[in-house]
Order: sequence, then C-alpha cells, then structure tokens
Amino acid sequence: MPFRLTFTKRIEDVPRWYPFVISLGAIVISFVISGILLKLVGGEPLVVGKYFYTAAFGNWAVFSDTLVKATPLILVGLACTVAFKMKLWNIGAEGQFYAGAFAASLVVLIPIVPPDAPRFVTITLMAVMGMIGGAIYGFIPGYLRAKFEINEIITTLMLNYVAIFWNNFWIFNKWSDAGFQMTPTFPKSAWLPRLTDYARPYKTFMETGNPAITGFLKNIGLERISGMTLHLGVVFGLVMVVVVWWILERSRWGYEIKLIGDNPHAAHYAGLNIVRNIVLVMIVSGALAGLAGMSEITGVVHRLQERISPGYGFTGIIIAWLAKLNPFAVIPVAILFGGLILAGREIQPSGLAMLLQGFILFMIISSDVLLRYKLEFTRTRTSGETV
Amino acid sequence: MTHAVEMHDIVVRFPGVLANDHVNFTLQKGEIHALLGENGAGKSTLMNVLAGLYKQTGGILRVHGKPVSFNSPKDAIAAGIGMVHQHFMLVPTQTVTENILLGLDDPKFFLNLSKYDQKILELQEQFGLRVPPTAKIWQLSVGEQQRVEILKTLYRGANILIMDEPTAVLAPQEIDDLMNTLRAMTEQGKSVIFISHKLHEVTQIADRVTVLRKGKVTAEGIDAAGLTPAKLAQLMVGREVVFSVKKSRREPGDVVLKVENVSAHNKKGVPALRGISLSVRSGEILGIAGVAGNGQSELAEVITGLRPCTGKITVNGVDIANRPPIIAINNGVAHIPEDRGKVGSAPNMSITENTIMKNYRHAPVGNGWSIDFLKARNFARKLKKKYDILAPNVRVPARKLSGGNLQKVILAREISAEPKMMVAVQPTRGLDVGAIESIQTLLLEQREAGAAILLISEELEELFTLSDRIAVIYEGEIMGVVSTEETDIQEIGLMMTGSRREPQPSANAQ
Repeated sequence: MPFRLTFTKRIEDVPRWYPFVISLGAIVISFVISGILLKLVGGEPLVVGKYFYTAAFGNWAVFSDTLVKATPLILVGLACTVAFKMKLWNIGAEGQFYAGAFAASLVVLIPIVPPDAPRFVTITLMAVMGMIGGAIYGFIPGYLRAKFEINEIITTLMLNYVAIFWNNFWIFNKWSDAGFQMTPTFPKSAWLPRLTDYARPYKTFMETGNPAITGFLKNIGLERISGMTLHLGVVFGLVMVVVVWWILERSRWGYEIKLIGDNPHAAHYAGLNIVRNIVLVMIVSGALAGLAGMSEITGVVHRLQERISPGYGFTGIIIAWLAKLNPFAVIPVAILFGGLILAGREIQPSGLAMLLQGFILFMIISSDVLLRYKLEFTRTRTSGETV
Repeated sequence: MTHAVEMHDIVVRFPGVLANDHVNFTLQKGEIHALLGENGAGKSTLMNVLAGLYKQTGGILRVHGKPVSFNSPKDAIAAGIGMVHQHFMLVPTQTVTENILLGLDDPKFFLNLSKYDQKILELQEQFGLRVPPTAKIWQLSVGEQQRVEILKTLYRGANILIMDEPTAVLAPQEIDDLMNTLRAMTEQGKSVIFISHKLHEVTQIADRVTVLRKGKVTAEGIDAAGLTPAKLAQLMVGREVVFSVKKSRREPGDVVLKVENVSAHNKKGVPALRGISLSVRSGEILGIAGVAGNGQSELAEVITGLRPCTGKITVNGVDIANRPPIIAINNGVAHIPEDRGKVGSAPNMSITENTIMKNYRHAPVGNGWSIDFLKARNFARKLKKKYDILAPNVRVPARKLSGGNLQKVILAREISAEPKMMVAVQPTRGLDVGAIESIQTLLLEQREAGAAILLISEELEELFTLSDRIAVIYEGEIMGVVSTEETDIQEIGLMMTGSRREPQPSANAQ
C-alpha cells in the first residue's frame, strides 16, 4: 500500500459546525452506498434516486404528505431526546404511542364527549388524554427503574408489545367496526383540522384574480392547495420542539436532567432527587410519544385500528440519535425519515427505504469516530520507512 | 553500558501548549527513577509517549539502545514497557487471573484457569506481590488491585515499569509493601519509573530523580541520596516552598456539628461506623486521622446525607441524619468529596455548569423555573479569577482540568456558598506542592471566617498543620480526641492501630 491510514486521538474539541458537516457527509455516503448496491442488483441508482426525491419532495402535495409522516416522528424523536439526555434508554416510545392513541380514542369511544361536541373541546380533551395515556405508560417502567432498579431497556421494549396487543383486544372485541379490526370512524369533531382548513385568506387571494399573486403562487407550484393532507399535528410537533428545547437548555429541570445523565453520583451529591427525576422524565417522554399517537389517529387514520404505527416509536430512537439529542435538529431529521417512509412505499423492492435508513444510522454512528479521532493519510516511502 | 530507556530531545506539542519542551530522560537498568513535577508539568505526557499512548512531535526514543517508534501501547508492551495507571483498568466482576489474561493471545479458546492461577502464583512469589488469583477484583482492596495491575504488566514481560502516582491511593502499610516489591523487581534487573508528588517517598526509594517544570527539565537524573524534600520542592515549583502553612490562634465558637452515637454500614453492607460521637465548633478544624478504610468515607457520607445511618447528627441544632443530601446543603453543610471525578463533578459539563451545582436553585443563578445562564457564566468567571482556576475559559468541560484545578473548582463552589460546616475529605490528595499550599490556605481562611471544618485526611502532616484537634478513627470507632498542641505523631500513630487513649475522653468533651 502506498498510503497508510492512522487514527490519532483528538486532543482539542472540534469546532461547533463540525458534527453537522460530518453527519451530512455520512448521509451522503449512505446514499452513495445504497446507489452502488442498487447498481449491483441491476437497478438504475440515479433514476431511483430521482424517483425517491420526487415521491417525497417533488411538489407541495407530496411534501405535505412527507410532513404528515414527519409529524409523529418529530414527537417521538423528542420523546427519546428527553429520556436519552438523562441516559435513560426509553425504547418504549412505540408502546407509549399506542397507549396515547388508545387513551385519546376513549374520548370518542366511551364516549366521554358526545359526537356533536365542539371540535375544540373534543380535540383538546383527546390531546390531554393522549398525553396522559403515554405518560402513564412511561411512568410504569420509570417507577420500576427508579425504585427497584429494573432495567428500563427491557421493560420499555417488552411493554411495546403489551400496548399493541392491548389495543388489538379492544378493537377486536369491544369497538370493532362490523367485525373488522378497527373501530368505526371517529365523528368529524374528533378529526384534527387540516392546515388547508385555515386557508380562507389564501382562497381570497386567488379569488382576487390579481395576476401578480396568482402568477407567483403558480411559479412556486402552489396554485392549488385543496387536498393537501397536512394537519394540525405538525403544529403540536413544532410547539413541543420549542418546549423541549426550553426545558433542556434553559430550565432548572433541564440542568438537573443533564447533570443526572452525565454523573448520577454528582447529582445525588448536589442534592437532586434522582428517583423522582427518573420517573418525571419517563412521564414526559411517554407523554410526548402519547401525543404523537393522538395526533396520528385524529389527524390521519381517524379511527383506532391495528398498525397505526409503522414503527414510528423505533424510528424515533434513530431520529433522536441522529439529531444528537438537539430538539431543533429533530425537525430536519424527522422530515428526511418521513420522506423515506413515504417514498419507500412507492418503490420496489419495498425494503429499499428501510435499507437506506439502516445505512444512514450505521454511517452516522460510525462517523462519530471522526469526532474523537483525527484521520491521517501518510504516504509510505519506497524505502519502506514511514513518516 | 546501554540504558534501559533513553529519551532524547522529546518535544510534544498540543494545540496551544508545549507539553514537553526538548526533554531528556534516561533510565538505567535496575534503578528506580523518580519523575517529579507539578500537575501539568508534563510528566504524564512524557510517560504516555514512552507507553505508546502519545506520539512525540520531535525527539528520539531508545529502548535498550535500539531506536523505537511506538504507534500504539501494543508496540510499547512488545518492547517490554508496562504502565500502571493511577486509575486502574480492571474488570470488577472477573477474577485476578482473568484480568491478567485479558487481551492476550494465550489462552486461545479454552480456559484452563487453574493452570494459569499456578503461573500467576509463581510470578507473585518472585516479586512478593501477594493477591489470591481466584479472588474477584471487587473483593480486593485498592492496594491489592494495584498489585494486580503490576502483575498484569509483569505477566506481559515488562522489564521497564512506569508507575503513575502509585502511592496516592494506598494506606501506609500498603506503601511499604509496594516499596518492597519495587526493590525486589529492581534486584531482578527490572527498571522502574516512579511518578510521585510525595517528596519524602521520593527521597526514600528513588535512586535518581528527574524533575520537570512547565514542560522543561530542571534536574536531569540527579542522585537521590542527600536530596531533601525542600530542595526537590524548589526544583519543582521554582521557588522556595513554605511547608507549614501558618494557622493563627483562634478561640472556637459555638458547637456547629454534633454527631451522637452514629452507626452505619459501608457499601458492602458491613458495619463501618460503630457508635461515633464527636462535635466541631465554629472556627475550628477537627482532623480525622486513621488508616484508609476505617470508616472515614462513611463518616463524611452520613454527615452530608449520602449514606443512611442510625443515631443523631445535628448542624446548629437541626437534625440532618438520615435525610436527603439537600437537607444538609440547605443547612449550610459544604462537602469536598473524596472522589473529585466520580462524586464532586460532572466530567462532560462545563466549568460553569459545575460551579452552579449547589446554587442553581436560588437567585441570582436560578430564576424561578429557569436558569439565568448569563449570570451563571459571570458567577463562574468570578470564581475562576478569584480561585485562580487555570483554564482557557469557563466553557471547558471539567474532564479537561488537571486534578488541582478541578479541586479548585470544587472548593470554589463549596466555599462560595459560605458554609457553616465544611466536610473536607482528602482535599489535597494527589495534588502538587503548589496546589496543596493554596488549598490548605483556603481551608484556613474558612476557619477564620467562622466555619466549622471536619478534615478527613490520611496525611498526618496535613492534619497536624491544619487541625485544632485530632480525632483518630479505627474500625469505625473513635479512639480518642486530642488537642493538636498536646499530642505528637507517635501518639496518633498508636491510636491509628487501635489502642484507645487512656483515660478515655468523653466524646463530647471540648
């Protein structure tokens, strides 16, 4: 080999922009590797890539669909971020998502409010119930961990299945819609409004017929917005990003979370109640995942049914990790993964999107090495002596 | 005659720092060579070059006369260099033998442990390093764990042994054992590099001494015979060091801390404190003397709320026994913990975040539910300046600070709370002469300010310098409390080995 590769440990911290560039590079490399793999099996990487792009980001309508997929991902990503900051490995966002969806559904299934109740009341109540449902479901492993030191990874993971089957029980036995594995459609008052519902000013714009405005909207591809699926859940997600950021970066509690995460002994020494904090963090984490479940059934499927999540809770783990536990970074990562999920459904073989997800995760995790080590290529001299 | 190690003109440059500035160092075969210097003088850097952990920017390295270039610790081990780090690298749940074999190619797949146990026993016999091969690491004392580390390097065929501050964690008898081992090793042709802060040990054991200051050599391989600690300290610090920090006369005030009949278990569930009673008054330093592991750590922990106990502990009349640490903190108890890294600080958090650990709940740093990070930073900057904490800025994570600077961060944090009661455990352990002096001075200032101080230390010299009274602890019991002026090292030493002072003083007597 004419070159030699050496790793040397970094002594100084890397500049702030460095991790982002590395992560971006990792994503690009995973695209390239997926492309090579596609080529090897006889596909056309560029064509597929282009198709992927159009299917997820090609126009406003599909981008809206991408954002719909990204909405629960933002919330579960935040759920994992909060827990991971304290080095509490909540692998149960999936179960908390189902628990939230279930609890929110109770509002219309029992029903707690009549079908003709004002939408505002029903939706608020469902959001609160969803968060409570997820919170309770996070509380259980949190309490077990805090009080009896039962490993939360195992309990949260196992409780995922419990939640899924619990849901199944009720939709098969109690609230089945004519024997199908789903509840009847929720009344309209329990549907999260689509953002286009708020677009009355937009319509008036178009109706003015002002060519400057219509021309502009046409240019950016927005001459029609009816039928766009984006719903209010995305606003929940964005609000929660700010809330979680504030908690983690500005609040006393966030400082405590990070202190416990970095050194629980020091936290105990500093007078923190670790037991209470573990439980609280799991409650908040669960509530965020529960809200994701509520947002998904009220904004997209409009009923409780089987498989309301294609593994959002698990993807949330990846998202939190890729976003380096930064709440704002969760947004772009969730959108990327939302696009992958959306486009992945439209191409064959359907596993491709999953493959790409796997590559991205793999690359990002391995790229961490570059944050801690410096890579150096050295030319090997012909004499065989290295410099 | 070829030297075991020759380091010539070694330069190690870190970003912004010249850690080793053209350093020369030679180790002769069969000698114990002490490497001295303050924290940050470049000792560890130099030794890490020799152990293959760092690569020098310039200079030549020869081992047994042959020029070598180490790219990894593996290369250094292959060249017969073994390093025993200050922090042990052992697997607590595995046996001594398993730890020694860890990472070796032999045994390959099937473990015939008893065969290797035998081999290790032979090695132990050879150097007088006794430790049961089948014992699990967590069952061993710190001194025994260190022996395992030494055995590890010997088993790998090391004939040059680097010991990084080996005595910092040891009890007095363990230090003697270690010294005997080191002598046995040099008699059998091995060479030892001994990094230390403790000057009297250096003059006792070393054949030759090399002193570093700020990355440069100030004394290269001088004969240890005839060197005095004072001379060495001067070489290290570059100025005369006043060894005894002077404490003023001061009449103690009211009783602040009162410990009555307190008992507690240690972390293995064995009784560690058996009915301890003592009291500390305002403006007074009560020293606790004792051989390591006689209940000192547990005593500090029960007072600060970190460990459950029975009995009564009051601070200014408020019972704080068996209550969460926050109660002690709110009642003005400050704690300089024994383990700076594991308990006293959060390694990946900044200096700022480490300094606000105890005051983030209240104004000015705490602000309702939020933290005013601007004020927090200003607070940290103020402490950094006042306590002379050496760091580029307050955003530096705690793990990047040297031991002395980290200790200053902890002291600054604890003192800034204006404590009524201060529990200081081994506050100067592992620090260099300069840092020790400044930390001892800070403690005396607290005494002047009227704080009651419980000083737990294994350094008798330190106890005699700082304390007004000394209590001796042995197997979880107080053997006696004596006024520093009316006692001497012999008497304390006797009590440390378990003889009670007669007539037994009433524990609450002042």
